[in-house]
Amino acid sequence: MADMKIGAYICQGCGIGDRLDTAQLANVAKREGKAAVAKEHEFLCNAEGVKMIQDDIDNDGVNHVVIAACSRRAKTDAFSFEGVTLSRANLREGVIWVRPDTDEARETTQEMGDDYVRMACAESKYMKMPAASGEQGLLRHLLVVGGGIAGMTAALEAAKTGYTVDLVEKSGKLGGVAGEMYKKYPAKAPYDVLADNTTGEMIAAVEGNSAITVHLNTTVASTDGAPGRFSVTLATESGSSNDITVGAIIQATGFHPYDIAKLPELGGGKSPDVMDQLAFEKMVKANGGAIKKADGSDARNVVFVQCAGQRSDTEGHLPYCSGHCCMTSIKQARYVKDAGGDATVIFDDLRTPGADGEDVYRGGQEAGVAFSKGTVKGVEAAGSGLKVSYNDKILADDTTIDADIVVLATGMVPASGPNPYIAQDIEAAEKDGNADLTAKLKAEQEAPVTSILNLQYRQGTDVPHLKNGFTDSHFICFPYETRRTGIYTAGPVRRPMDAHQAIEDATGAALKAIQSCENAALGRAAHPRSGDLSFPTFRVEGCTQCKRCTVECPFGAINEDEKGYPQYNEARCRRCGTCMGACPVRVISFENYSVETVGQQLKAVDMPDEFSEKPRLLVLACENDAYPALDMAGMTHQEYSAYARIIPVRCLGSVNTIWITDALNSGYDGVMLMGCQKGDNYQCHFVKGSEMAHYRMSKIDDTLTQLNLEKERVQTYEVSITDIQRIPQIINDMEKLIGEIGMSPFKF
Amino acid sequence: MSNPNQAMVEKYRSNFLKEVEANVEEGHWVKMCMQCGVCSGSCPLGPHWEHPPQEIFMMIRAGKREEVLGSSSMWMCTSCYNCIARCPRGLPITHIMHGLATYAKRLGLQPKTQPTAKFSQLFWSNLTKTGRVNELKLGLSLYFMNGFANGIKTALKMQDVGLGMYKTGRLNPLEILGGHSIKDTGGLQKMLKKAFEIEEAKIAEYKG
Repeated sequence: MADMKIGAYICQGCGIGDRLDTAQLANVAKREGKAAVAKEHEFLCNAEGVKMIQDDIDNDGVNHVVIAACSRRAKTDAFSFEGVTLSRANLREGVIWVRPDTDEARETTQEMGDDYVRMACAESKYMKMPAASGEQGLLRHLLVVGGGIAGMTAALEAAKTGYTVDLVEKSGKLGGVAGEMYKKYPAKAPYDVLADNTTGEMIAAVEGNSAITVHLNTTVASTDGAPGRFSVTLATESGSSNDITVGAIIQATGFHPYDIAKLPELGGGKSPDVMDQLAFEKMVKANGGAIKKADGSDARNVVFVQCAGQRSDTEGHLPYCSGHCCMTSIKQARYVKDAGGDATVIFDDLRTPGADGEDVYRGGQEAGVAFSKGTVKGVEAAGSGLKVSYNDKILADDTTIDADIVVLATGMVPASGPNPYIAQDIEAAEKDGNADLTAKLKAEQEAPVTSILNLQYRQGTDVPHLKNGFTDSHFICFPYETRRTGIYTAGPVRRPMDAHQAIEDATGAALKAIQSCENAALGRAAHPRSGDLSFPTFRVEGCTQCKRCTVECPFGAINEDEKGYPQYNEARCRRCGTCMGACPVRVISFENYSVETVGQQLKAVDMPDEFSEKPRLLVLACENDAYPALDMAGMTHQEYSAYARIIPVRCLGSVNTIWITDALNSGYDGVMLMGCQKGDNYQCHFVKGSEMAHYRMSKIDDTLTQLNLEKERVQTYEVSITDIQRIPQIINDMEKLIGEIGMSPFKF
Repeated sequence: MSNPNQAMVEKYRSNFLKEVEANVEEGHWVKMCMQCGVCSGSCPLGPHWEHPPQEIFMMIRAGKREEVLGSSSMWMCTSCYNCIARCPRGLPITHIMHGLATYAKRLGLQPKTQPTAKFSQLFWSNLTKTGRVNELKLGLSLYFMNGFANGIKTALKMQDVGLGMYKTGRLNPLEILGGHSIKDTGGLQKMLKKAFEIEEAKIAEYKG
């Protein structure tokens, strides 16, 4: 952009004109913000107001637009202009709606408005127009790893949209666990009956689909590249290899049943008539519905032990619920009833999720399956059969039941590759002094796990785990996205689930993979900042090759080139800016979001002197949760301090500590960072951003001490989008705290 | 065990749930209980029950025949219908309790000193004699249920009420001589006998 021309447009609607002196705001924009054009309008977002702005862009050469009206989250359709940068000063939700309409408050409210106009102009000055990198073209082709029900569903769904698919299966046949089933519980009403296994039809559909190429006995030997241009090498069992290029990858590698040999107290591994659900399923299928013991005789009594080795704190057990096992046991107990035998399900909590679950349970009861709430103590041989001893929890009674076959409802162990961050996790656990976790992680590190994707990424060969080996994703907002952009997981590798859920999951993942290909072709971010064209770049001359950006990027987007400089792979980037926050020499920036765009905003604020009794609080608020919560606080007219100046950031991870130093040096009395919940149950849209910010800020105390400042002046908070009352409260508490510890001595 | 029917009987004997399903009114619902305990929590007399309904259902499934049928629990039911209204599975719990009580009584397994059981018998004998309830006799037999001295005491205590009822025409002293009856008492007796025989035949399978 040759000549920068800032046009500032100040709205008088929604009461802004009544509460603020807009002529003064326009003056501030012109004199201090260096806006070439500053106009007031009584209703900026209507057609006339928008036309006024568009006319200035078209005829007057305005290329940096500053809108001083409502929140940047409001009226985005109206204020969307092509070919210009856009900054928003939040005068409505951020000023007049959070301040009382009284004569005493008028002065400070006006000061707030003035500052937000200064800040928006300062931001505008340092923004550039982002343009797509043009790194890759459109490639409507997916790789699906895993030929089970989830993988096949993903392939079929993608094929329906006109995509082509390479489907890779390690074993010699498609179908996975679902293919082994005798019958299934139905996908649609009525649910209280058993349905035929239709996996065979799905296999036929996959094999008959010309858009899907099936590779059996094949694994992925290498994966490199980025969304839109993944280059993948497939290796077959026979030793031949095959190079393909795909736009996105879906990993649907499923699960392994928990090894029952680890449950000797429940007879696991001791008797062939003690088996897991999958083995029982295979036996019934092989016998065409007859229930037979290992010696070939008919089994009359079958006992199902729920939560075997799962939902348990015991060492080596699975701590979680696998979700499907109660329904599966009910289904299998009905095989026994249908064959004329007796089936007893011993459960602690019977969990039959979903709208259909209750009907499945009821159907089992109607069929005469016996249900007994209890804890199984042991399974041992008794005569030619087995004896299950358990504590009946309703009758508070230790009792036994004879069985011909005992089925242990064990849990799902995800079939994921090795955790790329295991070394870091161990380091963190050691630092925390958590010996149990350290031991557990070390055992995991030593257990040989074959890589599934063999990613040629600096950050490891496979997609990162959250815990217990399940792949990490933002559980609520972006369930299928892994921490490797363009690679999606579906099915039980992501979380425990049954076949119906896996089908739904795979459909979602297929659509997300398609979205990723299409976005990559346009050079846009996939999510959460979908449509964002900006991407990080760095100033080579300034880079010290410290590699922090490559390590701290939550998405493994940044590789290292031959010379040791970071290589951004922008299609892998989610645009959170965590690299920008990490960079100690501040050479990383986005076109429209940089150390300068925020740094200049906070410096643009008018700083009253030490004796004015008007402190200034800088609030850096995550745009995903904290900023919307602040907007909602405005909408519900929660008042907060007139001394707060709020700057939205892409993620708290993008906060560079220079901003904190700059803020303190320019006289701010307090700095508040508001990000999302971190930890295992994180809410951070960028997974690790909030955690990184908290970690970095824990190190800032030294800086404060050097400046001779109280460390309470800088605080980091975990907030959520629902904290509409809490956030104003913590801002007000900060104002009070400043009142107690006194104003900053750094005001000039 | 050569007789297959005998084998069936043997199998049933070992399964109290099947016995309940066959012989107890609404007994086929017992298997549908999901042990949530809402019935037990809803019962206004809950704390006074030896085993709350939920536990009774579990005991039936666990084959605890003597404990269930000998329990005083189901005799505590006042038919408030709170449990039926609240059961998420729609079990007619009140009816099952009465069904269980009736069945226990029929087998002579009910607790011997249970007053509700005693009164129920008085009511039944009174009703089936003439086809109509003789209120005077029913009242008196209730007073004397626990012995002669007790009966005199209660009767004296209640005499004002009795006189009041007499004066307002709600009580006819002549009913003591036998009272009124339905038209075909013999027919009723026959009907009841037949029903009893049918039930008895069903029960015989389990009596052993």
